[in-house]
Amino acid sequence: MYTIIVLLPLAGFLIAGLFGKQLGAKACEYTLCSFMVVAAVLSWIAFISFGFGEGETLRVPLLQWIQSGGLDVSWSLRIDRLTLVMLVVVNTVSTLVHIYSIGYMHHDPHRPRFFAYLSLFTFAMLMLVTSNNLVQMFFGWEGVGLASYLLIGFWYQKPSANAAAMKAFIVNRVGDFGFALGIFGIFVLFGSVNFDTIFAGAADVAATLGGGAAHSAAEAGAQAAHGAGDIVMTFAGYALTMGGAVTVVCLLLFMGAMGKSAQLGLHTWLPDAMEGPTPVSALIHAATMVTAGVFMLARMSPVFELSSTALTFVTFIGATTAFFAATVGLVQNDIKRVIAYSTCSQLGYMFTALGVGAYGPAIFHLFTHAFFKALLFLGAGSVIHAVSDEQDMRRMGGLRKHIPITYWMMVIGSLALTGFPFTAGYYSKDAIIEAAYAGHNSFALYGWGMTVIAAALTSFYSWRLLFMTFHGKPRAAADVMHHVHESPAVMLVPLFVLAAGALFAGIVFEHAFIGEGYEHFWHAALYTGTNNHVLHDMHAIPFLVSFLPTLMMVGGFLVAYVMYISRPSLPKDLATRNRGLYLFLLNKWYFDELYDFLFVQPAKRIGRTLWKTGDGKIIDGLGPDGVSARVLDVTGRVVRLQSGYLYHYAFAMLIGVAALVTWGMLGGAN
Amino acid sequence: MTDWPILSTVTFLPLVGALLILFIKDDNELARRNVRNVALLTTVFTFIVSLWIWIDFDPSNPGFQMVEKVRWLGDDGITYHMGVDGISMLFVILTTFLMPICILASFESVKTRVKDYMIAFLVLETLVIGVFCSLDLVLFYIFFEGGLIPMFLIIGVWGGKRRIYASYKFFLYTFLGSVLMLIAMMAMYWNAGTTSIPELLQHPFPAEMQTWLWLAFFASFAVKMPMWPVHTWLPDAHVEAPTAGSVILAGILLKLGGYGFLRFSLPMFPIASADFAPFVFTLSVVAIIYTSLVALMQEDIKKLIAYSSVAHMGFVTMGIFAANQQGVEGAIFQMLSHGLVSGALFLCVGVVYDRMHTREIAAYGGLVNRMPHYAVVMLIFTMANVGLPGTSGFVGEFLTMLAVYKVNTWVAIFAATGVILSAAYALWLYRRVIFGALEKESLRSILDLSGREKLLLYPLVVLVIFFGVYPMPVFHVTAASVEHLVTSYTAALEANGAHTVAAALAQ
Repeated sequence: MYTIIVLLPLAGFLIAGLFGKQLGAKACEYTLCSFMVVAAVLSWIAFISFGFGEGETLRVPLLQWIQSGGLDVSWSLRIDRLTLVMLVVVNTVSTLVHIYSIGYMHHDPHRPRFFAYLSLFTFAMLMLVTSNNLVQMFFGWEGVGLASYLLIGFWYQKPSANAAAMKAFIVNRVGDFGFALGIFGIFVLFGSVNFDTIFAGAADVAATLGGGAAHSAAEAGAQAAHGAGDIVMTFAGYALTMGGAVTVVCLLLFMGAMGKSAQLGLHTWLPDAMEGPTPVSALIHAATMVTAGVFMLARMSPVFELSSTALTFVTFIGATTAFFAATVGLVQNDIKRVIAYSTCSQLGYMFTALGVGAYGPAIFHLFTHAFFKALLFLGAGSVIHAVSDEQDMRRMGGLRKHIPITYWMMVIGSLALTGFPFTAGYYSKDAIIEAAYAGHNSFALYGWGMTVIAAALTSFYSWRLLFMTFHGKPRAAADVMHHVHESPAVMLVPLFVLAAGALFAGIVFEHAFIGEGYEHFWHAALYTGTNNHVLHDMHAIPFLVSFLPTLMMVGGFLVAYVMYISRPSLPKDLATRNRGLYLFLLNKWYFDELYDFLFVQPAKRIGRTLWKTGDGKIIDGLGPDGVSARVLDVTGRVVRLQSGYLYHYAFAMLIGVAALVTWGMLGGAN
Repeated sequence: MTDWPILSTVTFLPLVGALLILFIKDDNELARRNVRNVALLTTVFTFIVSLWIWIDFDPSNPGFQMVEKVRWLGDDGITYHMGVDGISMLFVILTTFLMPICILASFESVKTRVKDYMIAFLVLETLVIGVFCSLDLVLFYIFFEGGLIPMFLIIGVWGGKRRIYASYKFFLYTFLGSVLMLIAMMAMYWNAGTTSIPELLQHPFPAEMQTWLWLAFFASFAVKMPMWPVHTWLPDAHVEAPTAGSVILAGILLKLGGYGFLRFSLPMFPIASADFAPFVFTLSVVAIIYTSLVALMQEDIKKLIAYSSVAHMGFVTMGIFAANQQGVEGAIFQMLSHGLVSGALFLCVGVVYDRMHTREIAAYGGLVNRMPHYAVVMLIFTMANVGLPGTSGFVGEFLTMLAVYKVNTWVAIFAATGVILSAAYALWLYRRVIFGALEKESLRSILDLSGREKLLLYPLVVLVIFFGVYPMPVFHVTAASVEHLVTSYTAALEANGAHTVAAALAQ
């Protein structure tokens, strides 16, 4: 059954990719959608029967892949609770997006190609979440990157789309650079890239390291015997013991996660990725692909638990991203970019949770976020569809009456995102904030502060989006307003399903994901170290602290209401009065300009210099060209000797004879 | 195994075809078609026959197989000695596989002196297969150097505008290295008293002599590879060579250097190899980063791909001198994969060059609008070139980096930046050539792939993906021989007392 779930999208991709033209767009759409529906239904069946039963971790081998010396990698599926959650998320959202796209892409002449890419993406994502080793995960990792590249650049005639696609791939490659080195490091430390071996090895290390920390003096001898004090790896000139090596490896892996999940520093591609069609943004750049980093860290939790340093760093980056992206989201005018920065910020929340060791809340938030963020994106797509492909919120407004269903769907999504009581976000997001408060690493409190502030900002920009788009007076041109229409049913039904998820996913699954059912549900798919009591502690925090996020949400709403409903002139005044800050935020903290200055331009300059000077002047100049020039010089002189005058030659001969005779007489010939 | 001398058959079959062509007069269109067909049939037939080598090959045997040995020159000296092992066998198949593609690719683009052209290619095939099969130093040298002549002619006669400059540069570089190698071979004979490669593999050369021999061989192989800084002949040669010439150059001739390292440097001079490994690593990472940056700025499609070849060969040298199982197997795989991928990329360039007669990147743009099939094929090879998992390009890159990580993390870190840079130059090229709106007037009527071009490219697509998903057929062949190579290498180092180095490389 799991093989079918994973391979159905591949089959869909091949059908649409190879025979799309012959089958026609309609046939392609229906085939691929039905494939996805089957896959989604199967994953729900698996999730319910397996996830809430007693099933142990399943391993389904498919095919040998690479076998070289001690390295043994196969294509295989690993089915445990974590995989099942991801299967449900990926397949559900993907199915809904497939169906939604039938309506959204209705006018596009390249629909078979679009659906082929969507299925290719789903396949790669499924390979990522079901992999049983790091290399197959890397395959899925880069595979989703490829699909993302193709889908962002789907409208290949738009130069901005092409640039964004390229940027996404290359920035992700920067992360992959770290991921690949992390895999090599894991192989050196544990002698394998297969999860079972890695986890077993990590447990051994935990025993020795943990033992060492508890009774350092008494166990010192035993530690050395176990090799915990030995040099296990030399990285970049530093000889590392086991503890240090694990930290380095974790940080490298986290670098990969930062690239894929758009964390601060490697986030610049995500807003640009909004150049792609909106269903793509919902599927790839909100619900699934960008959460791959979170999934990877959760999957590798046995290793990350060994390094508190790495986890502290994860918290720091996650919390900073949550704050940074929320501030940028405050002032953006493109409806999709606001949601993109919101995604970035929410991913920061998940990493904050991972960093304090609260893997359950992180995955729970991943799960609920998939529903409400996909809902928001598809809702935004419905808005864009209604106002003739306009994305600038300054040219919207007053749409509530015209597209009421979309409006209410967006409201539900926003409520869930801001954590309105009893919606999905209320459970998962507040759990993260509580976990950050209860966490023990040195940046946990920082994480808590940042996420609380970000909660207020989130509420503000969400309501700002709603007010600017749906309330007030229409700011669009009259003919556009005239055409405004509610989307067809094929686009609305997916919204209803997602809205149900956004409302109820929290209340239904809280018990299993982070509540008392935690141990029973996860079944050791998520590992927590023996010293990690965050999940327990987070339930025992002061009432005021647990109430704070809700307070923040209300505050954000009130400010947004004042600024965009009661006194609409206020935002402009603020922007002119704080011009520097406004521009700083509007230009996204100037990251793009900085990177262009630091990396892109120098790379081009160096490349040109190496080419023209390095290859041209130095290597060729001293090498072949130089040699041939010298040969010409020498022969040129030799030619001058051959004057053609007999007396020149006779004179030269005479000198030669004289020299020879002299040499003979002076005894050289003896 | 039969007694039939299969290796000699495969080696000299193309020569038979060349002889046949010699008798066809090349004065009208019909005769020219005959010439082409004979050449194609010969190479296809050679390929089919060569598959028997693979079928007959015993992967569990690490030694040389299908050995032929005949006395040749002198009483007890030089022999005609052929045989293959797990390291060389697949290169023979790669050669016989790429040759029909080259011939077919030249069907329409080569219009002058067709007869000479085909003869040059067939002779080249014989010589290259000979290199991979020969088990005698002198025989090896003859094949190795002989290959220069047809390649020199192919670039010099059928090349582009600066063909004379390019071919001389090619000749100058490669010949200089070869002279040093010849001297080293003589020295080896005087020391070991034999020219037989299997015997030389057993012969322990004195440590200080190894250094000099290693350097002499390195001079030759590094140029062939090509390694930085002796790579500058390659972009020029590629740019000027006809499409099929580029395919052969990138697909096969570049592999002679890597093969040489595996056949001579590593097993025969292990101590020197270990001493020089950091030196090779340095040159490799410089090549990877330097040529990737240079590739980024190229304005000529072929030159860009040529520079990317240098970068990819950097992974090969790095893997070979990591000298562990993954490194050597990864290097072999990378060479085979690069043979397919870079060959295919040069064919792709040839497709548009045949139509537009320019290789300027700026002359293209928006090809996807008119050439959707071409865009897909090009995308797949571009992705294979940047080492996307699931294509054959990934496996070799991954293994070599993994291998070198175990030896020296610095090298792995620098090499991994190549992963970022390769994505940058390859995708930028793709964007400028394929994507965008079709705005240039000259491209308005450009045609998509013809049937012949599909026949050339589709098998390569299938193989690139097949070996990316299931590379085991290659590892089955190479595993035993590589293991033997690595064990004896480590043993030699240990015997020399270099325990510290050996321990690091033993895994």
